[in-house]
Amino acid sequence: MTDHIQRSRPPMTRLLLVLVPLAVMLGAFVWIASLDPLRGFNNGAPPVEALTVERTILDRSGISLRVRAGGSEAMVVAQVAVDDAYWTFTQEPAGPIARGDAVWLRIPYPWVLGEAHHINLLTNTGATFGHEIAVAVSTPSPTWGQLRLQAVIGAIVGLLPVALGLMFYPAMKGVGQRGMNFLLALTVGLLAFLLIDTISEALELSAEAAAIFQGSAMVWLAALTSFLLLMAIGRWRGNPEGIALAFYIALGIGLHNFGEGLAIGGAFAAGSAGLGTFLVLGFALHNVTEGIGIAAPMLRARPTLWTFAALTLLAGGPAILGMWAGSLAYAPQWSALALAVGAGAILQVMVEVSAYLVRQNADRQAALMSPAVLVGFLGGIAFMYATAALIKI
Amino acid sequence: MPVDTSKRGRDVSSAVETSRPTAPPAMVTEPVSASRRALLVSGLVAAGGAAVAASRAQSQATPDPMAGHAMSGGAVDPYSAHDSGMAHGNMTMVGQVDHARNGFDPTAMLTDWETGRTEVLPDGRTLRTFEVDAIDVEIEIAPGVFFPAWTFNGRVPGPALRAKEGERLRIVFRNLGSHPHSMHFHGIHSARMDGVQGAGLIDPGEEFVYEFDAKPFGCHLYHCHTLPLKRHMHKGMYGLFVVDPDPARHPEFAAVAASRVLGSPENAEWQELAMVMNGFDTNFDGENEVYAVNTVGQAYMKAPIRIDKSRPVRIYLMNATEFDPINSFHLHGNFFDYYDTGTQLTPTLRTVDVIMQCQAQRGILEFSFADHEDGMYMFHAHQAEFTELGWMGFFDVREAGA
Ligand SMILES: [Cu+2]
Repeated sequence: MTDHIQRSRPPMTRLLLVLVPLAVMLGAFVWIASLDPLRGFNNGAPPVEALTVERTILDRSGISLRVRAGGSEAMVVAQVAVDDAYWTFTQEPAGPIARGDAVWLRIPYPWVLGEAHHINLLTNTGATFGHEIAVAVSTPSPTWGQLRLQAVIGAIVGLLPVALGLMFYPAMKGVGQRGMNFLLALTVGLLAFLLIDTISEALELSAEAAAIFQGSAMVWLAALTSFLLLMAIGRWRGNPEGIALAFYIALGIGLHNFGEGLAIGGAFAAGSAGLGTFLVLGFALHNVTEGIGIAAPMLRARPTLWTFAALTLLAGGPAILGMWAGSLAYAPQWSALALAVGAGAILQVMVEVSAYLVRQNADRQAALMSPAVLVGFLGGIAFMYATAALIKI
Repeated sequence: MPVDTSKRGRDVSSAVETSRPTAPPAMVTEPVSASRRALLVSGLVAAGGAAVAASRAQSQATPDPMAGHAMSGGAVDPYSAHDSGMAHGNMTMVGQVDHARNGFDPTAMLTDWETGRTEVLPDGRTLRTFEVDAIDVEIEIAPGVFFPAWTFNGRVPGPALRAKEGERLRIVFRNLGSHPHSMHFHGIHSARMDGVQGAGLIDPGEEFVYEFDAKPFGCHLYHCHTLPLKRHMHKGMYGLFVVDPDPARHPEFAAVAASRVLGSPENAEWQELAMVMNGFDTNFDGENEVYAVNTVGQAYMKAPIRIDKSRPVRIYLMNATEFDPINSFHLHGNFFDYYDTGTQLTPTLRTVDVIMQCQAQRGILEFSFADHEDGMYMFHAHQAEFTELGWMGFFDVREAGA
């Protein structure tokens, strides 16, 4: 009925019906802005200032900091003190830093290898913003050699374990319904761990970001958005099963690995990477389960060899990209965002794999509470928890 | 690779402290075990000496000796910065303070004594009247760093009041600020004139006249005594209060006393400087961000104090630093005599190069560069932290016309 009434109006009228409220709204904004209704509350208090250090680079020219202003007005960095000594510095670009903008501060300070340094940024109002360099080590410059080395580590951390996990595919193929239930539950379990781990990591990083990015809200909303989007895409043509579901799992894991790569790359860039061989192996072992998880929903399908290659690349490749991105352009808010998107993707996969698991069984309720499923789920979590404990820095 | 560069940075920075070209030869006779290090240091001293000479040439070419240094731009090697010879290298604030905007210049403050106006009382004594206003002013304490100060007469430290022993003093104090304030004088006076609650502590818009005799002679201070005391002090409400000795009352040291009487022919021989050590807690966290003498951090580093080497130097020094219990004064390449509180005409310490002052402690330093070669002679607090946060400067020692 309402459709009918609206359709009966001529196009010009309908356009006007939108334009008039729009014009009134604009006028209201201009009026409020010109009125400055908050002027009456102005008690002469100085502007609120916020300054966040996003990136620290130590090299032969000294210390470079990328700082982002997040105050109520543009901010001026007037002086820089390193270890309680005023030091020369240059700012690129110079001048007041607008709200939300970032600049580089270059400080020719002779830092000492392996020691801590404390930097104090003094603004024109006398407000101070401290930044601690816990252990000073030279920041590796992103040379081709470095990028190649990172690709190798990324491949060991991301590609290799996924491929190893997928190699269990033929062995898994013979399992019966209970074995299948176990493997799918195992997948959900490992994803549950990854989800919580990813979210907490994203929240931690977002806390380091400038206030203007609204850290935790950004993380939750980005995760929710990516979850809903992927759910919608995944259900475009019915419930995803078999190879399609495997691809979603690979995508979710890939996004998580991208975040993981960002973290490692960022650690490299910060020069604080305690990345030993043991750590890299730990990461790899941790990720083997991911390959098993991807293979699980395909047991009744007939994937080609190319499918396996594509799945490996999709799930593991982002680790390499993440390492490069992390080392070249590390900033806490972008890493947090990437991890949040990854968390949404993981949640989507958890929902789809669970749904698939339920659909595979005639007696749906009983299957969910069966020993195979419970052992698989808890086993997945336990395995991820144990291997993560080994590799946490 | 960073390992050896950092080591280099360390060694050189420690050598900076020892690179005193005028060090007496006796100091070189160290134990033999230290010979390797001594060798290294002496090599650097030679290099440093050459660089000092080079930088001196530069300072004569430009009024700002810092202008040629790596203040900005270009690829700066921080590890080579110390090799420049100027012992501060890159350890300096960026930019210049606008003294005109501040309304006071630390260089002018050194010799800007406030003597008030005088009249002769019926009994023949001199009545000296000072006028002091409490004013809220935002001042620039380091290049680009502004501090919402409470001041006496719009400057920090307040005017360096100078009187003569035995005079009758009258200080007309007006509070034009936003908070209650007072003037509490260190000296001898009645309780009614103490500048505390009920004795001259006044509200904004009010006026009070403090009256007392100028005694004892010496180097004193005055400050606001309103609670909370810490806040009123570190906001800038303090200043020097010097009472010159009356030579007639001290016949046994008449010449010494006369040399301290501002405006006397004997006094004209001296180069007298008013220095107040202070600090500023810019973020109000109970710790100072900027340390200085006469308020502006590194002021006498950017504009060294010109000293005529043929005339002796007398410094009226006071410590008005809040939050840190002790401040100190160290002179490079020279030693001085010290008159604690300035209430004696003979030194309380002879031939020292460092003295320390507790909060509100003060004294008179006397020294001469007559037998020295020309050059930039550093002075600073010997708390390295204060030094590096602004409390350091140079005496630019030359012949009068040079
Ligand atoms: Cu006061």
